[in-house]
Amino acid sequence: MPRKIYNLLLMMAGLAFSLTCNAQDSVASKKVEMADAFRANGKIFVVIAVLITILFGLMLYMIRLDRKIGKLEKENKK
Amino acid sequence: MLRQNWWKILCVILLLYTFTAGFLGGVPAKPILNETIRNLYFHVAMWFGMMIFLITSVVYAVKYLRTTNPVFDIYSVEYAKTGIAFGVLGLLTGSIWARYTWGDFWSNDPKQLGAAIALLIYFAYLVLRNSMTDIDKRASISAVYNIFAFAMLFPTIWIIPRMVESLHPGGMGNPASFSEKDIDSRMRIIFWFAAVPGWTLFGTWITTLFIRVKFLMEKKLSNA
Repeated sequence: MPRKIYNLLLMMAGLAFSLTCNAQDSVASKKVEMADAFRANGKIFVVIAVLITILFGLMLYMIRLDRKIGKLEKENKK
Repeated sequence: MLRQNWWKILCVILLLYTFTAGFLGGVPAKPILNETIRNLYFHVAMWFGMMIFLITSVVYAVKYLRTTNPVFDIYSVEYAKTGIAFGVLGLLTGSIWARYTWGDFWSNDPKQLGAAIALLIYFAYLVLRNSMTDIDKRASISAVYNIFAFAMLFPTIWIIPRMVESLHPGGMGNPASFSEKDIDSRMRIIFWFAAVPGWTLFGTWITTLFIRVKFLMEKKLSNA
């Protein structure tokens, strides 16, 4: 008799455990985790400000290089 | 084209748009990828840039063989170099992305292997070129090799990875990786109208600077 009760309890525990597994699976497939908070609190703009600054700096550098080569070409034509 | 400015301004505007909309714009929520799907604007754009530069390079190689005008040889090699640089960046950014989505920097995915082979073929192009001192011989042999390298580019990065199982989208004969199940129209607009043309114009800008420097050097050599 005690063995039967033990088996029954084990089965119920297993069943309950599998239920929680299922529940987590369905939640995960419904909601894919995205960085929504990062956008909501505006911190994303800090990242964008840094990126834009670097991009601007690099572009200014490119323009300077372009101008320098242009100058050399002019001197060479003379 | 070489000394005009309007397309350089366009390049800066498109890149600015890519860097802002690329992070602020909406993306589809996908498991495993999550926010890293935004890498499309940077990693995938490198490969499209590479394709455009290598196509330009082979066009100038053919032009050289038809006319033997050394100017076309300079165009051809400089575009090939930019293409290779973009390809190397694509490979590096791809393996960073792969580490955090597929679990490894390098997982011998057919597309990774194909891209690596294609780049090795193009490295050989540069080695071959630099092994010759005769200018005319160098130009014509490297132009011919360029055509062969270009012919190998298609099976290695477009055909074989599509025929076998691949971690990359578009494996096993699937339709293009830009189908609805991978990205949506919000991403497609940023990718096709800002990221690809922006990065390509940026690469072109760098290439034209190198070409102009090379012309200056040639002139200096012929004057001396």
